[in-house]
Amino acid sequence: MAVEKSLAEINARIKSGKVVVLTAEEVIPLVREKGVRQAAAEVDVVTTGTFGTMCSSGAYFNFGHTKPRMKMSKVWLNNVQAYAGLAAVDAFLGATEVPDNDPLNSIHPGEFRYGGGHVIHDLVARKPVSLRAIAYGTDCYPRREINTVITIDDLNQAVLFNPRNAYQNYNVAVNLSDRTIYTYMGVLKPHMGNANYSTSGQLSPLLKDPYFRTIGIGTRIFLGGGTGYVVWQGTQHCPGLTPLPEGGQLVSGGTLAVIGDLKQMRPEWLVGVSFLGYGASLTVGLGIPIPILNEEIMYWASRSDEEIYAPVVDYGLDYPAGNPQPLGYVTYAQLKSGTINLQGREVPTAPLSSYPRARQIAAILKDWIRAGGFLLSEPVALLPSINEVTPLKSLQEKEA
Amino acid sequence: MSPKRVVLRFMAETADKPIIYQLIRNYDLVVNILKAHINPHKEGMMVLEIQGEPEQYARGLEYLRSLGVTIQPLSQDVHRNETICSHCGACISVCPSGALYLERPDMTVNFDEDKCVVCLMCVRACPYKAMEVRF
Repeated sequence: MAVEKSLAEINARIKSGKVVVLTAEEVIPLVREKGVRQAAAEVDVVTTGTFGTMCSSGAYFNFGHTKPRMKMSKVWLNNVQAYAGLAAVDAFLGATEVPDNDPLNSIHPGEFRYGGGHVIHDLVARKPVSLRAIAYGTDCYPRREINTVITIDDLNQAVLFNPRNAYQNYNVAVNLSDRTIYTYMGVLKPHMGNANYSTSGQLSPLLKDPYFRTIGIGTRIFLGGGTGYVVWQGTQHCPGLTPLPEGGQLVSGGTLAVIGDLKQMRPEWLVGVSFLGYGASLTVGLGIPIPILNEEIMYWASRSDEEIYAPVVDYGLDYPAGNPQPLGYVTYAQLKSGTINLQGREVPTAPLSSYPRARQIAAILKDWIRAGGFLLSEPVALLPSINEVTPLKSLQEKEA
Repeated sequence: MSPKRVVLRFMAETADKPIIYQLIRNYDLVVNILKAHINPHKEGMMVLEIQGEPEQYARGLEYLRSLGVTIQPLSQDVHRNETICSHCGACISVCPSGALYLERPDMTVNFDEDKCVVCLMCVRACPYKAMEVRF
């Protein structure tokens, strides 16, 4: 008989302490041994995790009103500008913003030692952060300038809000040009000297629910060491499942917008990063529980690195030109082995997203659920699934 | 004797002396220059891998010290901050000597200080700034 479970039944098992939770790694051998149906009957929840740099991230704050009142029109936190065109004392800080006086790439490759992601990390680490703001002054908000120091605990609200996180799958980056390049995919040596990849493969949340059967608006998740929620599809969300010419299939294109209270997050799971020659950003720890409602969900949740493919893209010429036509496809098992075979050559590989940390996130989420403190939430609405989104458009330039 | 890696620092007066030549000729040492910052009449620094008879090696180093050159073992120079390292792997492909490598199947990043040639590429490439230079 087919396995069918409801989320309410799984939550009841969590409350009674009888829930069976496995990480996305642990479930693979179980399914190989017992088959999808038996494993779906035995397991209630599969936990996933990823710990990688996620550029479309940021946080918004409410600083509290000043005396006299001030409508902050420009705001800097540790010299990094936050967008203040919202309200008197609200601002949004983007992870990739860099200080006004950063040398950028004037001496290439620039170091980008500090940026928005680092400010977010410092706030979460409860370090004091300088706040500077200027204003033009109004009758109701006369103050024009403030220079002070804040900590996260001084703020009324500090909310992590990431418009695009947890990219379902990602390019494997190589460089076919004849010079070393410095990218958000790390340092890439000329003539395909190395290949960098950046997902946690078989642990990666959206690779384990490619049809978005369980992950939707309102899904409670592990975010930055605290709890967060999926609030919307991420920007550029365009999930697909494409059969590959040499066999296998490519799952890619899904993304999530996520939110959570920054005050309860942990500095080890939200870390500012500097990519040589590229810029600053934020590494986000994110984990999603997948309720095993039926066999189909278990089938996808238990796919292994051997079955999950990633496209190989040239970042020397193709990608910057806007022609990211893949050079080929490789599995995460091949990527994790240390070399891939491309155009008849052995190319050494290296990850940019931390597999050990991803594994740790899946384990923490598993512990939270087993301890009864983390119930699964029924999505308020599901996100667009495969073939439900029109293909992404590129920007067409028109005469103004 | 297995190869030893050392960092030499010398004063401006020593910078134009052919000390490497003397090390090779007088003490029969195999010298591999891993890194060098030398400019006439300025303080300089050199990272060497030296191999030879233990007695000759000691005498060679004695000769360097007699010129006012300070000598440090190299392993102290690049250090991994274990609290900061996230084990992502961004350093693996830029490390020319294999000092940084992935431990499979765990995929943790390991650092073998004995293999480090102090090129400092990892210091630049690490997104988390976990690789630190210690002088």
